[in-house]
Amino acid sequence: MTLLSVRDLRVGFGKPGHETEVVHGVDLDVAAGETLAIVGESGSGKSVTAMSINRLVDYGGGRILGGAILLDGTIDIATAPEAALTGLRGREIGMIFQEPMTSLNPVLKVGTQIGEIFAKRHGLSGRAVRTAAIEALERVRIPDAARRLDQAPHQMSGGMLQRIMIAMALAGKPRLMIADEPTTALDVTTQAQILALLAEMQDETGMGLIFITHDIGVVAGIADRVAVMQKGHIVESGPLDDIIDRPQHPYTRHLLEAVPHFRWGSAARQDTVRRPETRSAQALSVEDLSVRFPVGGGFLRQAQGYVHAVDDISFDLLPGETLGIVGESGSGKSTTARAILDLVQPTGGRVSGADGHAVQMVFQNPNASLNPRMDVRTLLSEPIIAAGRRVDASALDRMRMLLHKVDLPEDSLTRYPHEFSGGQRQRICIARALMPEPKTLVLDEAVSALDVSVQARVLDLLVDLQRDFDLAYLFVSHDMAVVERIAHRIAVIYAGRIVEMGDARSVLSDPQHPYTQKLISAVPTIERRRVEFALDTEEVPSTLRPLGWQAPPQHWQDHGPDHRFVTGSGA
Amino acid sequence: MQYFLRRLAVFPLVMLGVSVFVFVAIRLVPGDAITAMLGTEGGMLTPAQREALAAYFGLDQNWAVQYLRWLGGLLTGDLGISVTYGQPVLDIILERFPLTLQLALMSMVVALAIGLPAGVFAATRAERPSDLIVRIFAMVGQSMPNFVVALLAIYILSVGFGVLPTMGRFIPFTQDPLGNLAQMILPAIALGTAFAAAVTRISRAAMLEILSEDYVRTARSQGFSQSYVIWRHALPNALIPVLTLSGVEFGYLLGGAVIVEQIFALPGLGRVVLDAILQRDYALVQGVVLFIAFNFLLVNLLVDLAYAAIDPRIRYGGRK
Amino acid sequence: MSVLSALMRHSAGRIGLVIIVIFTIAAILGLLGLTPHDPLAQDRLARLQPPGGAYLMGTDLFGRDILSRLMVGIGQSFVVALLSVGLATLVGTILGLTAAWFGGLWDGVAMRTMDVLLAFPAILLALLIVAILEAGMTTSIIAIAVVYTPIFTRVARGPALSLKTRSFVDAARTFGSSRLYILSRHLLGNLVAPLTVQVTLALAWALLTEAALSFLGLGTQPPNPSLGLMLSDSRNLMEMAPWMLIFPAAVIMLAVLGFNLLGDALRDIADPKSRRALT
Repeated sequence: MTLLSVRDLRVGFGKPGHETEVVHGVDLDVAAGETLAIVGESGSGKSVTAMSINRLVDYGGGRILGGAILLDGTIDIATAPEAALTGLRGREIGMIFQEPMTSLNPVLKVGTQIGEIFAKRHGLSGRAVRTAAIEALERVRIPDAARRLDQAPHQMSGGMLQRIMIAMALAGKPRLMIADEPTTALDVTTQAQILALLAEMQDETGMGLIFITHDIGVVAGIADRVAVMQKGHIVESGPLDDIIDRPQHPYTRHLLEAVPHFRWGSAARQDTVRRPETRSAQALSVEDLSVRFPVGGGFLRQAQGYVHAVDDISFDLLPGETLGIVGESGSGKSTTARAILDLVQPTGGRVSGADGHAVQMVFQNPNASLNPRMDVRTLLSEPIIAAGRRVDASALDRMRMLLHKVDLPEDSLTRYPHEFSGGQRQRICIARALMPEPKTLVLDEAVSALDVSVQARVLDLLVDLQRDFDLAYLFVSHDMAVVERIAHRIAVIYAGRIVEMGDARSVLSDPQHPYTQKLISAVPTIERRRVEFALDTEEVPSTLRPLGWQAPPQHWQDHGPDHRFVTGSGA
Repeated sequence: MQYFLRRLAVFPLVMLGVSVFVFVAIRLVPGDAITAMLGTEGGMLTPAQREALAAYFGLDQNWAVQYLRWLGGLLTGDLGISVTYGQPVLDIILERFPLTLQLALMSMVVALAIGLPAGVFAATRAERPSDLIVRIFAMVGQSMPNFVVALLAIYILSVGFGVLPTMGRFIPFTQDPLGNLAQMILPAIALGTAFAAAVTRISRAAMLEILSEDYVRTARSQGFSQSYVIWRHALPNALIPVLTLSGVEFGYLLGGAVIVEQIFALPGLGRVVLDAILQRDYALVQGVVLFIAFNFLLVNLLVDLAYAAIDPRIRYGGRK
Repeated sequence: MSVLSALMRHSAGRIGLVIIVIFTIAAILGLLGLTPHDPLAQDRLARLQPPGGAYLMGTDLFGRDILSRLMVGIGQSFVVALLSVGLATLVGTILGLTAAWFGGLWDGVAMRTMDVLLAFPAILLALLIVAILEAGMTTSIIAIAVVYTPIFTRVARGPALSLKTRSFVDAARTFGSSRLYILSRHLLGNLVAPLTVQVTLALAWALLTEAALSFLGLGTQPPNPSLGLMLSDSRNLMEMAPWMLIFPAAVIMLAVLGFNLLGDALRDIADPKSRRALT
């Protein structure tokens, strides 16, 4: 029996009578207990489609222009009046969203927000509300649930909040759940937990699940059937294996081929430069780098402790080589990058090879890294002016050469950042970083803000530039699939310390440290279908340490010629 | 709590700065107080009489000593003696302040009672004709100075209805509550109009922004009705900017009282400060200005406390 | 010029712009003495003349032409508003920018000083300054400038603090760009838009404060015309000569409205994100 069937759904935005149609005749079917994944890039209309199913799109300025959304084959949601919809939302159709941090009301306690569902929708009152709320949290494996009820959302981590969101969505006992990119804002190990939880809840309740995502790796892990969306159309749909193994539509093939997918090291680069005899010619060397931030101190007040954001990190980098630094949010990977360029003050350690303009940086968000009031020529001139040189003919020649290298038209010089796409802006940032002829580029999540198909092209460009200029790259990223494509070597960073480092292929295919293993097993990949992710709610330890705390020494163990990891309690 | 203690610690510091500023400012006035007080008769005083008078009012010491003496007095509730009234400054303030406070509070009630519902109403009907009408009223209201509203109101009442607001004789609330309210309502409206307009605009803007927040979408996905979503989920968040505005505008109300009390001939603190400035009554100006600043700071302290009550992000500190 | 055409496309901005242009012309004519009548000349035969005839907006108790006095009054008000807001913008921006950039002790001292100034209700602080100096135009300018300096300090400091953490400032640091370059090109350059909005709105407040001061007799001194004084003069005559009240009241309101509309429109144009929230 089909739980939900959508026929020829068309949705538009704008003034009544003058709508711009963004969803052009979509057909979908979801049965009870089934997971349908809708996959597409930004602007494909996948979120609008999802929000149309419970008509939340009405509140975003959208309107259903045609088609039918049939629940149980009888109720047409597309034409239902608002009064009927409030009865359906929450009870028949639950929804969870992308940003758990902003999806809960910041001024209300978590317990209030779950409790009101039981009070309003199930008529509970008094102690029964609280008991029900505690049960709801325990169901999604939140430890110490009673205490959590009295906390405010901002006191919890993103993963915890997303589990609370799931608990809230389940509280109304819906038969259909819509999950709109529920794991995109989360770390990869947290993502695995959320996917596992959703699968478990689906087994328990037999609800249908519509899962919206841009990540085809996640689709492989969770979906029974897949619909691929592009520009408001479903271009292909069918059972999971058919879509991934036998894609028919060119766009589906593009998503599967052009986008980086994680391959356990088999896609790692082969042009390895590290040989024993080349070790003398380092481009960059970092020894025992530490960064600490005081906490609890203030004006004329002694700090109460320190966040050990980075503790005793050491590595080196050869010309033409990429070291990928991977870790989750808060691990200290970005702080490491920033400390090398003195953007944060290191509290200890030595960095050699970063004198003058030898190291340059490319930042995560290309929109924020370019001053919107400057044209490209002024932007590219800045490193020259900073070095005290004149912007002369040779400088202009270098600008043109670099713009050519990063595949931007020569007339870009007189244009402003807002005239370029996100990918093009990141190319401008790369060209600017190359202006002072650096030996090393630090790339801090440099492709993370880009659409998946743009990522691949920028990665290819970076590989070409590395060869042409013999550049060393320090590539910081949370995305294992991306790192696999660009790194020769990988350092895994956990709670401020490197726990495993070595040849990319070896580290990714044969991880030794428990954290690396956990990280890699959590990475979604199209080769693993309908995975049973382990439901592990352990949180990353805090790097906030008391005064005078010393990091315990790490014990390294070799695993092959260029691969070592930390053993024992120093982990 | 820590947040509130920190706020509490800043309070005396700013107050100290305010007292220095007021004290120094007054001493920059050209001419001396005795001459200003007595006018031409001041010229007929013998030097001894002048000195005796100066000593009586504490004007013979150097500035630092005068300041410390004055500050010491402040802490014991002694604000000095007014030259023009021949009365302790604190007595004058305590006698006149209730009227000004009543005026400010009534204006605030008028402003919030009109502005908040109007702003929320307009936000829920964004871009429809009713929203446009509210916005035009708010825009015009914000551009009306209190003295213009006061004069136009008096004109309309006297010409249109042939009634004149009671002036000259103040009716205390304790004697005749209805008479008092009838006398005060027009000044309160004149003072509160621009404030009401500002509340309307800010609550509308805040509400509009909040209605597009993710957590409002979450509440809607739970099937809660529009009115529940607005009053339970959106309004507490929208109150935060309204609260900020109210703190700032309270100072505007105390300042505006100077003008409105003048127009309606109300014997409040605003009248006192205006007269004191014109009379160069050092002690009185100092005392009143300081007292008003103190109250303004106190209200903003209460606003900070109210923030913490509304917003747990402030109560428990920021995200780690 | 693109800002101007954007203003003309913005319905509220267009109205504001038209009002301000008309008033600016009237103000310039008033300041140049190109008024229909001598604003100080008393026509004893034409006291309290209703509007019409030789006196388009009527005359006051001394038979002086209301229209001419209004034109000069607007001129005076505009000069006071422009100079005081200009002064406050200059001082406030420098304070706010340097406080944000250097932080630490300087930030503390500058911002606590501003807190002290903000502890006074605006009109009271202005009154205090007027009481110290002699009432008149220069004093009004100084008083209003002091009152609005803290606001500009905050308006500059807030965005400057957030700009300081933007990646393009980080990038500039990695190139080794000089402090002056970063402050002027990256911070100040991006403050122009929010400051323009604030300047426009502050002009509205400055007009109000100037009118309030002269209404209380502490601004422009008679017999020179000013909007506040004219309103004050109308108080005892409003039933007999309502034009003495209506025209100055309308002029003050429209001038303030014009700057408010313009400021709101500029904010919409500068920050399209807030457009959704504020229009």
